[in-house]
Amino acid sequence: MFLASAVLFVPLAKRFGLGSVLGYLIAGIIIGPFVLGLVGEEGQDIMHFAEFGVVMMLFLIGLELEPKLLWRLRKSIIGLGSLQVILTAIIFGGFFFFTGFVWQQALAIGMIFSLSSTAIVMQMLREKNLMKTVAGQSSFSVLLFQDIAVIPMLAVFPLLATLSIDTNTNGTHAASTFVDGQPGWAQTLIVIGSVASIIVVGRILLRPLLRIVAKTGIREVFTALALLIVAGIAALMTKVGLSPALGAFVAGVVLANSEYRHELESDIEPFKGLLLGLFFIAVGASIDFPLIASQPWVVVGWVFLLIIIKALVLLLLGRIFKLSAEQNFIFSFSLSQVGEFAFVLFSFALQEGILPQDTVNLMIAVVAISMGLTPLIMLLNERLILPRVCTEEIERRPDDVIDEKNPVIIAGFGHFGNTVGRFLRANNVQATYLDLDSDTVDVLRKMGFKVFYGDASRHELLQSAGASEAKIIIIAIEAPEKRLEMIETVKKHFPHLHMLVRASNRYDAYDQMNAGMLHVYRETLDTSLRMGVDALTMLGHRAYTAKRLARLFLKHDEKNLKKLAAIRNPEEYISEARKFIEEIELIIQTDRQDFASGPDGAWDAESLRQEAKSMDSLAS
Amino acid sequence: MSRILVLFAHPALERSRVQHSLLKAIAALPDVLINDLYENYPDFDIDVKREKKLLLAHDIIIWQHPFYWYSSPALLKQWQDLVLEHGWAYGKNGTALAGKKIFNVFTSGGSSKAYRNGGYNKYPVQEYLKPFEQTANLCGMTYWPPFWVPGVHRMEISQIDQYSLRYRELLIGLRDEQIPEEEILKLSFFNHLFPVNTIE
Repeated sequence: MFLASAVLFVPLAKRFGLGSVLGYLIAGIIIGPFVLGLVGEEGQDIMHFAEFGVVMMLFLIGLELEPKLLWRLRKSIIGLGSLQVILTAIIFGGFFFFTGFVWQQALAIGMIFSLSSTAIVMQMLREKNLMKTVAGQSSFSVLLFQDIAVIPMLAVFPLLATLSIDTNTNGTHAASTFVDGQPGWAQTLIVIGSVASIIVVGRILLRPLLRIVAKTGIREVFTALALLIVAGIAALMTKVGLSPALGAFVAGVVLANSEYRHELESDIEPFKGLLLGLFFIAVGASIDFPLIASQPWVVVGWVFLLIIIKALVLLLLGRIFKLSAEQNFIFSFSLSQVGEFAFVLFSFALQEGILPQDTVNLMIAVVAISMGLTPLIMLLNERLILPRVCTEEIERRPDDVIDEKNPVIIAGFGHFGNTVGRFLRANNVQATYLDLDSDTVDVLRKMGFKVFYGDASRHELLQSAGASEAKIIIIAIEAPEKRLEMIETVKKHFPHLHMLVRASNRYDAYDQMNAGMLHVYRETLDTSLRMGVDALTMLGHRAYTAKRLARLFLKHDEKNLKKLAAIRNPEEYISEARKFIEEIELIIQTDRQDFASGPDGAWDAESLRQEAKSMDSLAS
Repeated sequence: MSRILVLFAHPALERSRVQHSLLKAIAALPDVLINDLYENYPDFDIDVKREKKLLLAHDIIIWQHPFYWYSSPALLKQWQDLVLEHGWAYGKNGTALAGKKIFNVFTSGGSSKAYRNGGYNKYPVQEYLKPFEQTANLCGMTYWPPFWVPGVHRMEISQIDQYSLRYRELLIGLRDEQIPEEEILKLSFFNHLFPVNTIE
């Protein structure tokens, strides 16, 4: 049911430019109990199950948090991020406090409302190609800080409990946990302790484990391990009574620097996507329409208030951090919703007895609507506000654009790829390397290369290696079939990339040329010719002449290859050996024809001598 | 005694009669070093450090080459472009080569008659050597008169041999400093000191 609705509504939503997130939400609303009633009470169960998608997302966000990237964005993360969270939390907290909530409740709601939706915003910015603009980078920084801020929030929430915990509302964490019954301060301590222990265990245990599994070379096992890590941490954290999302996030950060980052990312990604989709559907399904219908103006009022206050705070901060007007509007409106964390935090707040059920229901509706409105707000901003605000065209400042993606990706760091890589590196061209041999990966990383473990023919891995931003991809992996596979992947998903492909021999080269490759490099061609040059030189040929002959030969052979690739009939079956001999015969014949006259006629004075002689004889 | 460095440039020596013979004539001379550029740098990537060292170690430099389109083959130009660096060979602090002697030894298809005002090639051959001369001047070197082997296309073997012999004598004379510089500077060609019987 869930999957069917997703398949139906997500493409529809995308068609109307609303983005996949909104599609999931709409799907959820429609199949939910209040429209079609196709799913009822089990929606809640699905939601808890799908929360695992959020856990995975946090793990992935953790993985993205490379210390280097953090350092580069440090100013906007810490400055912009913290100010946004604190200011927004205080304003909302104050607002709710004065509208009659207890201060603990007001603070909890304020903190939750200060967060924005990583899933929606990142997806939107990526779809609109805004990630590399100043607004995109600022949004990313703020979201990053918010993701981190969730940790102390989760830690602080137990301290804010004012209501007695109603066990009936406690769905997810029904199992008794170690922290139950502990005083608030002890719970807080346990949170900090667990986080620390995950860091230590991740460092000491997980990396060697990944290495061992990677060495087996079986992809499924690696996927299983990746899932196990996430699930295991989630289970462990639940047992301790903590947010599984938090644990996953920390584990992600711990593994962010490991060479298996990209592989982990691409393994978890599809699961995350699906579960997150389910999560959004579940959110849609659980919006309490009777509640909204019973007090529509309250809900609508809150949504607008929420968006306007958030946007105003962001606008102010954008101004302080010197964003241009255009960028500032994009930045502010994109972050003006409340994020998916709100669902987690609200249900957590419910369990912890901070907020009563009806408040939570109302808030979840408000949050869901604010999320749903975001794509529409961005659209309005683009069509109506931006053209007015930006009377003069604001020039892009390339300096502010932070681009850590490399222009070159080299797949396969064996004997072939590493020479290319070393050459590029010696000339200060930064490249991202992908390799399947975990030992190679280890060694090279120690030497400071940016090498990642993984199967380079998988489009997810290429994606996370920055294939959409790169200019050139060098396919230097060893297995010919894998290379063809990779060519197809790149052609399909990254048609903008220039492909330079290694070929083992002529036949390999034919296959690649028939696959449309223009830049094919036969492993042995240049080397054998160099050997031929040396042989000629040793036999007394002039070095420069031998060199010119070899170059000429190379060009001639390449031309020949193209011709033969075009006339070759792949259907025709001839034994490899016979084919080889026949072809060599043909090639040698054309060699003779092309070289009969010899190269560089201009340096041959013979015709001049002839002419001089004939003129002499005429004169006499 | 002077040490002589011959910077030799011919891209297809195996097809040349005269250059081949000239080179052979001076090959075994003590204190004459032949730097065969096309043989040493078939890829055109000249080892500038090595070339500088060679220049410093010699007193007389010779550009020996066929005359291609009124100039030298490409690699000799590349040699000039790369080796004669600013701050080393020329410029305010570029005095490494100051005081050294340099001249061209070149062969041409055109005869000496062709290189006259109004002749087949319109100007005297020295006009075409001006870029070499000025290069030498800028580097503080003394540009000596050239040794020229004209009309190579219709040259008989006996004549080629004579030229080769004269060339050898010239280098020996210069090496052993038997020719006073005042006399050299008065010459328009070294050929005048080492004449070859021409058939003309």
